[in-house]
Amino acid sequence: MTDSPARPQGGRTAVRAARRQAVSVAVATGLSGISFGALAVAAGLSIWQAQLLSMLMFTGGSQFALVGVLGAGGLGGAAVASAALLGGRNLLYAVQLGPLLGLRGWRRPLGALLTIDESTAVALAQPDPAARRAGFWWAGAGVWVCWNVLTLVGALAGDAMGDPKAWGLDAAAAAAFLGLLWPRLASRPAQATAGLSVVIALAASPWLTPGVPVLLAALAALAVGWWPRAARGGDGADADHPADADQAADAVGPGPSDARDGRAGHAGDNADAAEAGAPRAADRPGEAAAR
Amino acid sequence: MSDTAVWATVLAGCAACLGLKLVGAYVPRHWLAGEPVNRLMGLVTVALLAGLLAVQTAGQGQGLAVDSRLAAVAAAGVALWLRAPFIAVVIIGAAVAAGLRALGLP
Repeated sequence: MTDSPARPQGGRTAVRAARRQAVSVAVATGLSGISFGALAVAAGLSIWQAQLLSMLMFTGGSQFALVGVLGAGGLGGAAVASAALLGGRNLLYAVQLGPLLGLRGWRRPLGALLTIDESTAVALAQPDPAARRAGFWWAGAGVWVCWNVLTLVGALAGDAMGDPKAWGLDAAAAAAFLGLLWPRLASRPAQATAGLSVVIALAASPWLTPGVPVLLAALAALAVGWWPRAARGGDGADADHPADADQAADAVGPGPSDARDGRAGHAGDNADAAEAGAPRAADRPGEAAAR
Repeated sequence: MSDTAVWATVLAGCAACLGLKLVGAYVPRHWLAGEPVNRLMGLVTVALLAGLLAVQTAGQGQGLAVDSRLAAVAAAGVALWLRAPFIAVVIIGAAVAAGLRALGLP
């Protein structure tokens, strides 16, 4: 409505560019749905249960976490708590996106469902409100469709596979968590948090029910977050964003890198957007895959 | 775990994660804006993913075990360092573990 009336032509071009970025991000991210579907079935979920997670939970990191804890024989409560803690960042994305996209009425709950790393990153990367809205809806809906179709493909394949260990599916889950973690390790505080978390999780594993050591490891975040020295390091972490984004871009492939470049450029003008932390996570399926 | 318990876990997980998104969409912005909240949420994400990585790599029931998964994660790390896409990283992890197990390793 009020979208850059001064440059209608530029605005339309920006919207087309946003759609193109969104579609390439959706395809790249959706592919990871295959690994989620296969891992969910290997962890003992039915095809329907895997599909419901992709339809309603729709945030990759949490989905992998829930399935990982269940597959390790953990308690349901620990699985839900891990998924919810990982999904907490979507709340912050939704807070940022609401006013930015002007969501009202039925678009608000639908937009909430589609709020993930990828849709947030594509939206924040766009230069004007119309392009931001196009980027968000095309990326969100595109990832939802691809992710769900390929979850079904993965679940059917996993069902036909037989012994998951012979296919290395337990190792595939570990590799998935490493892939989700990797683009978030640019800053010193993040590295310290990850190291501390690994030590806590391993040290606690022989003593506690599966699933609980991971929740205990989340305390590492509080320890590092409240350490005054590390807090100052946080500024450094923000400075690292562009480099971080580039790396993540390459990790996903040529398509999404357009979105990423745009985003890195805008992070500077829009401190608020950069602050949301979305850029860092942008390209990751989980999130998709931390989706 | 019974099928009912798995369903309960799946539904509770969906409700929690979708609920968080909806809270973010409806809550007044100033309640949750701010650097400390964003920073802490970023670190919680890193801590949980690192903890899950550790347990998925070396955990076995209530205990630890070193097996083919460790080599698979190392290979996945090299792939990430070489900027391989996510799906390739996952496939490489699975392939290394499957290969080592085909050779008779645990």
